[in-house]
Amino acid sequence: MAEIVSLADAVARAVHDGDSVAMEGFTHLIPFAAGHEVIRQRRRDLTLIRMTPDVLYDQLIGAGCASRLIFSWGGNPGVGSLHRFRDAVENAWPGPLQLEEHSHAGMANRYVAGASGVPFAILRGYSGTGLESLPGLDGQPAIRSVTCPFTGERLTAVAALNPDVAIIHAQRADRAGNVQLWGITGVQKEAVLSSRRSIATVEEIVDELRPEPGAVVLPSWVVDYVAAAPGGAQPSYTLGYSARDSDQYQAWDAISRDRERFSRWLAGEIYGETGALAGAGGAEGGCEA
Amino acid sequence: MTATPAAAPATQDPAAYTADEMMTACAARALRDGMTCFVGIGLPSAAANLARATHAPNLVLIYESGTIGAKPDRLPLSIGDGILAETADAVVSVPEIFNYWLQPGRIGIGFLGAAQIDKFGNINTTVVGPDYAHPAVRLPGAGGAPEIAASCREVIVVVRQSRRSFVDRVDFVTSVGFGDGPGTRERLGLAGAGPRKVITDLGILEPDPATCELTLTGLYPGVTVADAAAKTGWELAVSESLEVLAAPTTAELTALRQLHGRDNKADKPS
Repeated sequence: MAEIVSLADAVARAVHDGDSVAMEGFTHLIPFAAGHEVIRQRRRDLTLIRMTPDVLYDQLIGAGCASRLIFSWGGNPGVGSLHRFRDAVENAWPGPLQLEEHSHAGMANRYVAGASGVPFAILRGYSGTGLESLPGLDGQPAIRSVTCPFTGERLTAVAALNPDVAIIHAQRADRAGNVQLWGITGVQKEAVLSSRRSIATVEEIVDELRPEPGAVVLPSWVVDYVAAAPGGAQPSYTLGYSARDSDQYQAWDAISRDRERFSRWLAGEIYGETGALAGAGGAEGGCEA
Repeated sequence: MTATPAAAPATQDPAAYTADEMMTACAARALRDGMTCFVGIGLPSAAANLARATHAPNLVLIYESGTIGAKPDRLPLSIGDGILAETADAVVSVPEIFNYWLQPGRIGIGFLGAAQIDKFGNINTTVVGPDYAHPAVRLPGAGGAPEIAASCREVIVVVRQSRRSFVDRVDFVTSVGFGDGPGTRERLGLAGAGPRKVITDLGILEPDPATCELTLTGLYPGVTVADAAAKTGWELAVSESLEVLAAPTTAELTALRQLHGRDNKADKPS
């Protein structure tokens, strides 16, 4: 059964240095508040996993939390590059970042295999691309082929993903810790079911979950920690609760472009150091991209 | 996109519209009503939505976030904006959109952008520079593109043309066009036919049926073959039936500017 705890407690108990951590959310329901708590608790040497590492992972990478990244698309949606990600890959700042990259179809199937308790997934994918020959984090080929035992057809095989921790944001949970999310639900169900431990932050904890069209419900007994984090997906959004703050995504371009300015943002917005905000972060967070 | 007054008239005068507007209108015309279209964000999304707002009201827009039949009335900033889910016929999970919908070849057109594209229509969105481990520029990566390029029945690419983007060989093959030329797609077992049109801010290129090499088949009003050749990193082949493409109509420009005029406003909760 999920324990309902504070966000700080959930992160302290579930996320440890050296862990592989999947914070999923496909544009919608990105667990920003939880990710910021991971930065605040100064976790190090993480293997970050995510299909679409965007602004949140740029922040974690820039803050020095990650040594490795498994991903399929790393950009600031609709805006451009992730400058902290690029600085880590191109210049090893604040430290080297080892990459393992896939296509979305490959990553989605890796989670499905992990959630299904099988060691690999099959798909028609990667054929003829440069991705086929890139190594995984262990230096071994990450994309392999498998022969169908029924037809003899050659198909692509990718290894199951089984992260140490999955972190997601959802609309609500009930007091027993059952978690409900709807709208674009991405790969969050698979991320939770493939992981050894999981945290769900929610907009609110309610007495009873009302049915919602297309909702995914994760029963309490597959989630370890539930924490209330109203607005915890901002600047992404929570359907029915909050709007996407596209201005913040655009503002991030300028904040993240410069190491010093990013460091001031980190000190002020995440670590809460007074006086650090001059010239960075929220005070000027408008449309300045 | 350069802001232009919404009331500006459409004429053959290229000053009345921007190159991006011409490109977007041209890309929209490549889509027919009733098609199913897997849409990337940015230029492809603008063109697909313009088509839906003008000549193709029954175009089915599919975004990799799992929204099938999305009907946004403004351009989404990301592939997962709330407006897509709220207006979709169906919202499915990300594994489902790739496995059940894209992979079996159910989707007619894959609509992609590119950082680099080569003469065989191969796309790079991964790294610039010869050494993957030490890239000159780290690009966002593959996203859904490799399987969109493989499995959609046809592919349309929208990309601004320059010596940087139009290269003889891409530094990294993120998504396969025609590989090394004729026969590659068949050898790799790729189900779809590959790129049908590459639409740029200068004109249109289409693969030569015999060589698969991208060949200039259309130019926008006021653009010359020399202009296009100067922004192509290989010796550009030109079709014998090269045509001058019609300028955007008033209806196209009005619809496109409306879509953009509402751009970047935050989605409202339902």
